[in-house]
Amino acid sequence: MSAQGIKWFWFASPQTFFPLAGALARWCAGAAAVLTLLGLYIGLFVAPTDATQGEAYRIIFIHVPAAWMSMLIYVVMAFWAAIGLAFNTRLSGMMARALAPTGALFTFIALWTGSLWGKPTWGTYWVWDARLTSELILLFLYFGFMALQAAIEDPRRADRAGALLAIVGVVNIPIIYYSVKWWNTLHQGSSVSLKSAPTMAATMFTGMIVMAAAFWLYSIAVALVRVRCIIREQK
Amino acid sequence: MSEFLAMGGYAWYVWGAYGVCFSLLGLEIFFLMKRSGKAKASETQA
Repeated sequence: MSAQGIKWFWFASPQTFFPLAGALARWCAGAAAVLTLLGLYIGLFVAPTDATQGEAYRIIFIHVPAAWMSMLIYVVMAFWAAIGLAFNTRLSGMMARALAPTGALFTFIALWTGSLWGKPTWGTYWVWDARLTSELILLFLYFGFMALQAAIEDPRRADRAGALLAIVGVVNIPIIYYSVKWWNTLHQGSSVSLKSAPTMAATMFTGMIVMAAAFWLYSIAVALVRVRCIIREQK
Repeated sequence: MSEFLAMGGYAWYVWGAYGVCFSLLGLEIFFLMKRSGKAKASETQA
C-alpha cells in the first residue's frame, strides 16, 4: 500500500475516532488492571529485601514508573498540541487536553512517593535538588496548561494558547532527565538505561518494567475515555 | 502477615506511598466515570 493509500487524516476526525477510542480504552484498561496486580505481586512479595535500604526501597516500584510517565505524558501532550497548531486538527487539541490531568497526577505521585522514599533513605522529605525542583516545575507546567485551557471559553483559542505553553515547557523535560548528570544532585543517577544492562537485581527490574507497562496502559485508557468525554461535551 | 504489614519498620513510608498512589488513581477513575456518565446523558437528551 502506498503512503497515500493510508488515510492519515481519517482518524483525525473526532467522529471516526470516537468508537475506536472506546474499544482501545476497554482493552487497555483490562490489560492495565492485570499488569498492576502482577506488578504489585512482584514488587511486594517476590522481590527480595534490599541490602542497604531494607523494605523502604519497595517504593521505587511505583516511584520510577510514575516519574517516567510524568515526563512521557508531557512529551506526548506537547506533541499533540504542536500537531494541532500545525494542521489545525480539532482532535489533536482534545488529546492534549485529555492527557494533562493524568500527567499532573503521575507527576504528583512521583513527587509524593519520592518524598516518602527520601525520608528513610536520605533523611529528608524534600531538598531543592535539580531533579526534584525540575520535577516540581513540571507539575506547575501541567497546572498552568490546565488553568489556561479552563480560562479561555472558545475551545479552539484555548487549544492554541495551551499548545504554545505546552511546547515552550518541553524544554523542562531534558532538564529533568539529565539533571542527575548535569548537576551534582542528591538524587541518584539512573539504574536503568537503553545502552547498558540495568544495575539492579533481575526481579527488581522486572517488577519495575511490569509496573511501568501497567501505568502506560492505564494512561492510554484514561486519556481515551477522557477524550471521548471531551468530544461529547464539545458537540 | 503483621510482619509483612510492618515492612521492616518502614510501614509509614511504604504504605503511605502505595496508599496515596492507588487512592489517587482510583479517584481519577471515579471522577472520570462520573464525567463520562454525565456526558453520555446530556448527549442522549440533546
